[in-house]
Amino acid sequence: METASEILVWVVWVGAATALFASGLAVISFSNPFFSALALIVNLAALAVLYLLLEAEFVAAAQVLVYAGAVIVMFLFVIAYLGGRVDAPWAGETSLQTFASVIAAAAIAVEVLVVIVMRANDGLSNSARISDAFGSPQSIGELFLSDHLIAFEVTSIILLVAAIGGVILGSTVPREQRAEGRH
Amino acid sequence: MLGPGIASYLIVSVVLFGIGSLGVLVRRSPLIVLLSLELMLNSANLTLIAFSRHVGGEDGQIFALAVMVVAASEAVVGLGLIVAMSRFTVDLDVDKLRMLRG
Repeated sequence: METASEILVWVVWVGAATALFASGLAVISFSNPFFSALALIVNLAALAVLYLLLEAEFVAAAQVLVYAGAVIVMFLFVIAYLGGRVDAPWAGETSLQTFASVIAAAAIAVEVLVVIVMRANDGLSNSARISDAFGSPQSIGELFLSDHLIAFEVTSIILLVAAIGGVILGSTVPREQRAEGRH
Repeated sequence: MLGPGIASYLIVSVVLFGIGSLGVLVRRSPLIVLLSLELMLNSANLTLIAFSRHVGGEDGQIFALAVMVVAASEAVVGLGLIVAMSRFTVDLDVDKLRMLRG
């Protein structure tokens, strides 16, 4: 029984990690941003599966609702509004900048990987035992309204400021267009 | 804890961060740069949640939810900037935005 569930968790984990990498590579390689945004939805769903394996049920639900439900829809609206202007074909030649970017990204990844592998057998083994209520909406809500009340209120101010900024940026009209009277 | 240990989640997260940073550095469309930024923020979230499970406290999950709010705000402002760029008929190419260069 124990080995069966162990194998099941491994299968789900490998599937989610593969989907995560494949969709992440798809996000950065499509020339049409519409398909990139769709690939990001797959990426977020795979991440939500990993969150569930880490006993973070509430965060997984919030991830699917907030990201796939709100942020990606916003992206898709902007892509649809701008139409063909947002197509981003790959540059024909690989410039020195591309080469340096690949090296920089690989360097960051390798540095952190080395540290993780060095620490994998002492600090990172033996995870804490947790109760069944870990990560449930009830316990997250309790923490939000007790220990992290200020963070909770500050995030609402950030959202308000971002909403105002979005409206102001979205309603800016160039001077020549304003003079012609077409808004 | 069933299945893979915390280190394997951290490795997944750092590879995802590498993919995201590659996207930010290589692509020139501001929309795809924003999408790659979301990838990087999400990989940081995965790290926070993995360590939250490892330590056995839920504060890491609170952090992850706060990061989600910041990511949503960043997407709003970034998309507003892209719409404003298109209104001012500027090329949607981050390499061609040189107005502020002296």
